[in-house]
Amino acid sequence: MANKDRQPFDNTVIEWVDSRLPVFTMMQKEYGVFPTPRNFNYFWNFGALSMVFLILMILTGIFLAMNYTPHADMAFNSVERIMRDVNSGWMLRYMHMNGAHFFFAVVYIHIFRGMYYGSYKNPRELLWILGVVIFILMMATGFMGYTLPWSQMSGWGATVITSLFSAIPVVGEGLVELLWGGFSVDNPTLNRFFALHYLFPFLIVAVVALHVWALHVTGSNNPLGIEPKTKRDTLPFHPYYTMKDLFGISVVLVIYALFVFFAPNSLGHADHYIPFDPLVTPPHIVPEWYFLMFYAILRSITFDFNIYICAGLGAMAIAALPLYQNRDKALNLPPIFAFGALGGILFILGFVAQEAGGNLISLPLTSFHIITAKLGGVLAMFGAIGALLVLPWLDWHKVRSARFRPMYKFFLILFVINAVVLGIMGAKVAEQPWVIISQLATGYYFAFFFVIVPLLSRIEVAKPLPRSIYEEVVKKIAVVALICVVGFGGFSNNALAAGDAPAAPQREWSFDGMLETFDKGELQRGFQVYKEVCAACHGMKRLSYRNLTGLGYSDAQVKSIASEYEVTDGPNDEGDMFDRPARPSDNFKDPFENDNAARFANNGALPPDLSLIAKARHGGADYLHAILTGYVEAPEGFEMNPGMSYNKFFSGHQIAMAPPLMDDQISYADNTPATVEQMAHDVSTFLTWASEPSQDDRKRTGWKVVIFLTFFSILLYLVKKKIWKDVEK
Amino acid sequence: MSPLLTVVLEDYMTKKTNNSKRDFLYLTAAATGAVGAASMGWSIIDSMNPAADTLALSSTEVNISQIESGQAITVMWRGKPVFIRRRTKQEIKDAEDIDVSTLRDPQTDNARIVDGKKEWLVVVGICTHLGCVPLGQKQAEVKGEFGGWFCPCHGSHYDSSGRIRKGPAPKNLAVPEYKFINDTTIKIG
Repeated sequence: MANKDRQPFDNTVIEWVDSRLPVFTMMQKEYGVFPTPRNFNYFWNFGALSMVFLILMILTGIFLAMNYTPHADMAFNSVERIMRDVNSGWMLRYMHMNGAHFFFAVVYIHIFRGMYYGSYKNPRELLWILGVVIFILMMATGFMGYTLPWSQMSGWGATVITSLFSAIPVVGEGLVELLWGGFSVDNPTLNRFFALHYLFPFLIVAVVALHVWALHVTGSNNPLGIEPKTKRDTLPFHPYYTMKDLFGISVVLVIYALFVFFAPNSLGHADHYIPFDPLVTPPHIVPEWYFLMFYAILRSITFDFNIYICAGLGAMAIAALPLYQNRDKALNLPPIFAFGALGGILFILGFVAQEAGGNLISLPLTSFHIITAKLGGVLAMFGAIGALLVLPWLDWHKVRSARFRPMYKFFLILFVINAVVLGIMGAKVAEQPWVIISQLATGYYFAFFFVIVPLLSRIEVAKPLPRSIYEEVVKKIAVVALICVVGFGGFSNNALAAGDAPAAPQREWSFDGMLETFDKGELQRGFQVYKEVCAACHGMKRLSYRNLTGLGYSDAQVKSIASEYEVTDGPNDEGDMFDRPARPSDNFKDPFENDNAARFANNGALPPDLSLIAKARHGGADYLHAILTGYVEAPEGFEMNPGMSYNKFFSGHQIAMAPPLMDDQISYADNTPATVEQMAHDVSTFLTWASEPSQDDRKRTGWKVVIFLTFFSILLYLVKKKIWKDVEK
Repeated sequence: MSPLLTVVLEDYMTKKTNNSKRDFLYLTAAATGAVGAASMGWSIIDSMNPAADTLALSSTEVNISQIESGQAITVMWRGKPVFIRRRTKQEIKDAEDIDVSTLRDPQTDNARIVDGKKEWLVVVGICTHLGCVPLGQKQAEVKGEFGGWFCPCHGSHYDSSGRIRKGPAPKNLAVPEYKFINDTTIKIG
């Protein structure tokens, strides 16, 4: 039909297909000879990188789904089975988990690229909007994926985020029950989130296809923000940008591999390894870093909107209105300032009168709320995302690239810093001064979009633009690594350390570092401590006796260890349950029949299962060792409840577990003196191993992957260099 | 430094536009990428293989004291039915008398049982054609033309040693790994 100008291919098979369905012609046109501005810097790698991570997420996700069970009773264990038993399961999960972080990181950089170089402006408005739609879909997908392990973070994250919708007047409550499929986040919620988490990535793929299509209609923007005019301004996409993209991808994959194999949990939370308990919320419930900015905006609206605040906002809106009107005429400043000042004063008066509870100023009718704080927060959060959607119409300055707009550049960089500040505030406890800081930062966020950007569109005089891209080929390499560091470093989770107890001191461990592996002697001694001391109260039901081969025991030794325990099996032919010696395939036997029996025997406190304890506590092995050795006399005047012990490192200092270790309590099989210090060290090592038996394997694989990818990056760099040799003069 | 990398670097340093050397660089890069993608791909596909906990659950013990001569029971092992049959004298004789060379999957009866336990035949109850469960376990069921089992899906006949005698199936019914723990208990797997 429309392919009359198609060039025939030499290869007959390709020609046969192409004459019927011109996919090869299309690939040739869109990815082979596609004219691309010659002056891309490495910021332009992040579109391709986003695509790579999308594919990586879908690929690992499909294989994870094959081993995952979306049921409230089984989801957590099925994830642990993936980590412990499924071949390369730990790698798939860590790739998926860290892949989400990297996907968001590269997409944020991609968005920043668009804002900095004005890629959203005419004629690329729809391209930009499709991008924001992808971003919104990603947030929904990421959120639902986070609930699937059914951990404390999963369940409570789902509760908090779905409850946002209850702020909507009239229909809110009903809508939330519709989302939940019940009266709380429960099995139906998990089931539908799994179904949607599987569906949404394919919606993203579809919108990405539209995004790329739109890109190929308008062509790419470039660091100068001026359209290519002649052939000298462009290069064919292949091989110049295919190779440059591949090189960039390979470098980012090295950083990614370092996270996946050597610090897979560094961007997550310890509570993610505790099964969901609908009766207990973790003390600090914080979303992943990539949501923190919007979460901070949500939380910054701590106040109800009384009539003064609303009137103030209204006056400010009236003040801003002239910015958008009669765009070619000069601004009439006095009314803008007058309304702006009036709005500001009204807002502050209303805010202070309400927040200070009438102590400072007392105004009539402050208790009459037009919008509640809850709804206000939700509106602000969705508004923050919505602002991105309308950005092409807030900025109508003719010059695209911030390189030629020093004022815009200044405020944009301020905007990025502000976004990082918001992110950090999102991770803090909701207390002063963090609340006021996040309120001010939220104010700047909206002022940037709705006041500063339109104002600059009117008044900023841009620097002279170069006549063509060719005359101004600029090479700017590297910001990439820097941005990654800022991106991840800025949002570290240290705000989450438990409030009232001191942080556990850092100790030396045999398994620390990227090269070290577990000391088998420590592991076997640690297992002995667990077996003879801890196992009286604590189960380790995610471990099987067969796993003990990882401590250096032979199959025969494991068999004999297992046979020391009696497990219940059955029913037999008569229909009765019977006891038999445990086999290596059996899971560790729990000391109690069920949680209630455990509570009853332990003064009402439930001894936690220890299979995951090292990952489920902030500080890991350091924390376990600190708790085991942290028993001291309660300080003078500290009121203890009966049956509790004082522990320096326990949050709240009152722990239901009596001091568990005493010198020479056990005699080690290898005759090591059994001091409290030694036993605490050994058992902490053992519990760290038990929380992830594949850890040594993970590091070994990690080295191979990192060395391989580094070598591959060097090769690709040479290839790219060679191809670009004639261009970069 | 690997010799490969040295060559590549040399090639780069001298900056020759020699075509064969450039091709060599491209080929090395492409081959490295292919190796990486393939090993990554295998790790991912390997996750579909039986996991460690599945492999660990491989044995089951069966009490056979209640089975009368001429009767059979079916037990589950690795998610599959296992037929345990206590054969009559006649059935044993039928199984032994056949000329092995005439069979599709030649195997003597002795090779399919435990020495000295001629009465007991233990086979995996999965037709070797396309995986249906053959009939013949219960007294009332058809046992096929050779007094063993008959697969209703595509008409395969097995004899009293579980060997294929007629029909489309290519192999005899498989004999699982098992042993007698004592006279009344066997352990499969």
